[in-house]
Amino acid sequence: MAKKDSELKKMKPAPFDLCVAQSVKEVVSLLKQNKGDAKILAGGQSLMAMLNMRLVKPNLVIDISRIKDLDYIKITKEFVEIGATFTQSKLENWPKLQEIFPIIASVLPHVGHFQTRNRGTVCGSVCHSDPSSELPLLLALLNGEVVLSSTSGTRIISAKDFQTGMLSTACETHEFVTAIRFPIMAKKYGHAFIEIARRHGDYAIVALAAIATKDSIKLGVGGVADIPSILELKPGDLSNLSDALNTFAWSLDANDDIHASAKYRREIVRRLGESTLRKACNEII
Amino acid sequence: MKLFKQSAKHSIKFFLNGNQVEGFAEPNLLLSDFLRKEIGATGTHVGCEHGICGACTVKLDGEAIRACLCLAIQVEGRDVVTIEGLADTEGSLGIIQKAFHENFALQCGFCTPGFLTTLDHYLKINPTPTEKELREVYSGNMCRCTGYDEIIRASLEAANELLKIKTLNLK
Repeated sequence: MAKKDSELKKMKPAPFDLCVAQSVKEVVSLLKQNKGDAKILAGGQSLMAMLNMRLVKPNLVIDISRIKDLDYIKITKEFVEIGATFTQSKLENWPKLQEIFPIIASVLPHVGHFQTRNRGTVCGSVCHSDPSSELPLLLALLNGEVVLSSTSGTRIISAKDFQTGMLSTACETHEFVTAIRFPIMAKKYGHAFIEIARRHGDYAIVALAAIATKDSIKLGVGGVADIPSILELKPGDLSNLSDALNTFAWSLDANDDIHASAKYRREIVRRLGESTLRKACNEII
Repeated sequence: MKLFKQSAKHSIKFFLNGNQVEGFAEPNLLLSDFLRKEIGATGTHVGCEHGICGACTVKLDGEAIRACLCLAIQVEGRDVVTIEGLADTEGSLGIIQKAFHENFALQCGFCTPGFLTTLDHYLKINPTPTEKELREVYSGNMCRCTGYDEIIRASLEAANELLKIKTLNLK
């Protein structure tokens, strides 16, 4: 049965105080007191791995998963707002998702695995801001917004301003993300998503998402540069797509890593960028 | 608000396979290590310890999750089901376990608890899965012995068996 203390000491994460919060008010006052030495734990599907590998060693971990007020999804005329503890699987099973955001419905199965989506939150994935994860890419592509709370109230910033680099965001140490918003698109749109990964559910080597309406076309690329990159086109550009994609691919600050070279990633953007865009456009013709 | 100080042990009461149990955990103790080392329930296996391999999958309030990406303290008052909880009440193999046994769906058995707990949750959401759906769900579990074909066959058989029992009960 129970083993010796010495064995229990061999723990993966470095020691930290754990605070199980019951309200947003408690969280923001704790963040203010701890001045940058605290981490927010919601679903933990990114943070727990970082803690286990000791890539982060906070003095305080604030568990927000029991704050009931943050476990919501609401729909207004302008946007769909998702609370900080709303899981990816809850979004996947949200009855209106297919009708309002078919692109999110088609992307979610690629976000981690069945077991990680059961616990991982939509907001958490955005906060982690991994260059190759799908949800930050969609938030940028769809012109989403991030709601940040602190003791002085809330502020709302665009996804573009929120994602500042690899694993870094504009979230200050005294505030945390309480919700994200996906704007509802007025016009009917076509969409497409293609991902290259070693295994289904793994981080993307390159992820491409496109939306197209009658007068504007957008391609979002994840996994290549430090943050999602967006290419905006007009329907007229479709006749010379390969040039536009080539310029776009060169403009990306592509990275080499163990999985693929920068050159390979740029080539994927050129080749699959074209098929992703055409697929999205064909849906509205 | 509840604060759990580091380097101190805190009492955790939760339900393990239907029975209330108590254990003691420091804030940085993972659920997987807590179950194995503190509670002594060694059926849950620990592989990669950062959410990739799926061996440590358990059910938390009915949902399949990674025990290595969950803190022991987070299960306070909650319902945890491990591979031990999938056996019949008399201790013989449960339907899913039996299907895996009969279809040679395990060899070394290291990954098996994760596959079984995942399937146990998934069949409750989707009682009639296709092979494609199962392969997608199992993308979160790694097996290095079987080549997965037997696991898929066993899972389809388990789904059929469970459906048969359900229809019998309805009659």
